[in-house]
Amino acid sequence: MDEIKDRLLKPSKATHEDQRGKFISYLSIGLIAVLVISILVFITIHGLAMFTQNGMKISDFLFKTDWNPGKKLIGALPMIVTSFGVTLLSALIATPFAIAVALFMTEFAPKRGAKFLQVIIELLVGIPSVIYGLIGLAIVVPAVRTIYGGTGFGILAGAIVLFVMVLPTITSLTVDSLKAVPRHYRQASLALGATRWQTIYKVILRAATPGILTAVVFGMARAFGEALAVQMVIGNAAMLPQNLTSPSATLTSQLTMGIGNTIMGTLPNNALWSLALLLLIMSLVFNLVVKLIARKGRIK
Amino acid sequence: MNAKRSDHLATGLIYTFVAIVVLILFGLIGYILVSGVPHLSWHFLTTPSKAFAAGGGIRDQLFNSLYLLILTLIISFPIALGAGIYLAEYAPDNWVTSVMRTAIEVLSSLPSVVVGLFGYLLFVIQFQMGFSILAGAIALTFFNLPLLTRNIETSLSAVPNLQREAGIALGLSSWKTTTGIILPAAVPGILTGVILSAGRVFGEAAALIYTAGQSAPVLNYGNWNAFDPNSFLNPLRPAETLAVHIWKVNAEGIVPDIDAVSNGTAAVLIIVILIFNISARMLGNRLYNKLTSSK
Repeated sequence: MDEIKDRLLKPSKATHEDQRGKFISYLSIGLIAVLVISILVFITIHGLAMFTQNGMKISDFLFKTDWNPGKKLIGALPMIVTSFGVTLLSALIATPFAIAVALFMTEFAPKRGAKFLQVIIELLVGIPSVIYGLIGLAIVVPAVRTIYGGTGFGILAGAIVLFVMVLPTITSLTVDSLKAVPRHYRQASLALGATRWQTIYKVILRAATPGILTAVVFGMARAFGEALAVQMVIGNAAMLPQNLTSPSATLTSQLTMGIGNTIMGTLPNNALWSLALLLLIMSLVFNLVVKLIARKGRIK
Repeated sequence: MNAKRSDHLATGLIYTFVAIVVLILFGLIGYILVSGVPHLSWHFLTTPSKAFAAGGGIRDQLFNSLYLLILTLIISFPIALGAGIYLAEYAPDNWVTSVMRTAIEVLSSLPSVVVGLFGYLLFVIQFQMGFSILAGAIALTFFNLPLLTRNIETSLSAVPNLQREAGIALGLSSWKTTTGIILPAAVPGILTGVILSAGRVFGEAAALIYTAGQSAPVLNYGNWNAFDPNSFLNPLRPAETLAVHIWKVNAEGIVPDIDAVSNGTAAVLIIVILIFNISARMLGNRLYNKLTSSK
């Protein structure tokens, strides 16, 4: 009798297994959390080293325009301007295309057309960024050179390459937000005698605005953080861009080019980590903006 | 302008924009294949690359890419699976879960250079691994984890609750229900996600430049001792992948036949990724039909 009692009172094999399984899944998610925190901490510590150890001023870093950390010139403004330049320009070009494709998929040809374009978009996502850079180098740069003169390298070439890269991101998120517009909005508008375009322009796009804005911000986040494709077509000259076709450098391109040529712990190296910290902060800002838009959209 | 005219105009404009996007994609893939495929040959695929002379191949880069992909999946899949199961099955609706979700979102939106630099800092410098496949695989895991986790979570969540209730009603523990009932039902979705993420990992370069390195030492494919420095299986040797090779050849510009090497490599990369994409689609559909007996 005692044996049975013992067995009944003790946790069964299945319970042990259940606990072990639960423990593994908690461990995995905990690992990801630790990873994110350590990325934030590590990059922040190294990014601040230039200001704490080398005694550089944050205002010099953000607003001066001469970048030569070997000679204690740490003005990162050229890279900041260029990064924002390519990001905004590419989002500006990509958004109309993305909205057009998304409208086509949801309002014009929801069945076969949508399926076909879905494949196109997934393929565009799948193409590696070096290949975008390679094509930029082979086609976009020479084209910009013949049309606008100069070397062809610069913000314009970078923005054109990024336009194709962020297009799928913006499109697929826009499709989601258009699909979320209730069907009776469309029916009500059409019942009032509105044409398809009036319905789209006056009803659907207005209702989907927060979603479309989120999509654009996500696209911008991707453009801001893209490294190799931009690095290949931007020209890599850490100077304040004079115009859209003068060679310049983004935060990411400066990082990829520089980090291998500097020694850990020296000022030039710390300056690059500060660029990385700036990238990290901007990525968090983009996340925050998305959250804010979502909150605002919900209240309405 | 009356309403009808503007309707026609807008419709025409939208069709034009869509046509341009379609043309861009076909132009891209067409260009890569047309300019790259003529450079492909058995010789190109089976000779080691050359640093200064023309006529180099991509044997080692091709192998490194595949090896790195396998290592990355071995490391990232179990973690993503555990995290996905937590989010889909266990996560209570409270602030801890929402912090976890935010953390995953942040990780997925971090630029891949930043993730790569973190890997460089931690593994290459701090743990003194040097440029190595293992450091590269771990950096790619960081980059791959959030997307794979989210994919597994959505696949698991898509399984109807009825199945969970059935499992519990049979007296199974929740872990047994998850692994015995929910997971098999979610396999097609998970598999598709894994293959698509494999495509992403295969083409990634920014996170690898400073973790797996940019050099491809001569490998001995007959040496099966994984601890030997020139063995092809050694995970602690530096390894340049296809994507990094394209970048390096163009950035350095030393090799005389840049176009041949980089276009040929790009064609290989695109072909492999197209195969991943198509097989993900077909395999997902077929498995779904088989497991749900809908055909």
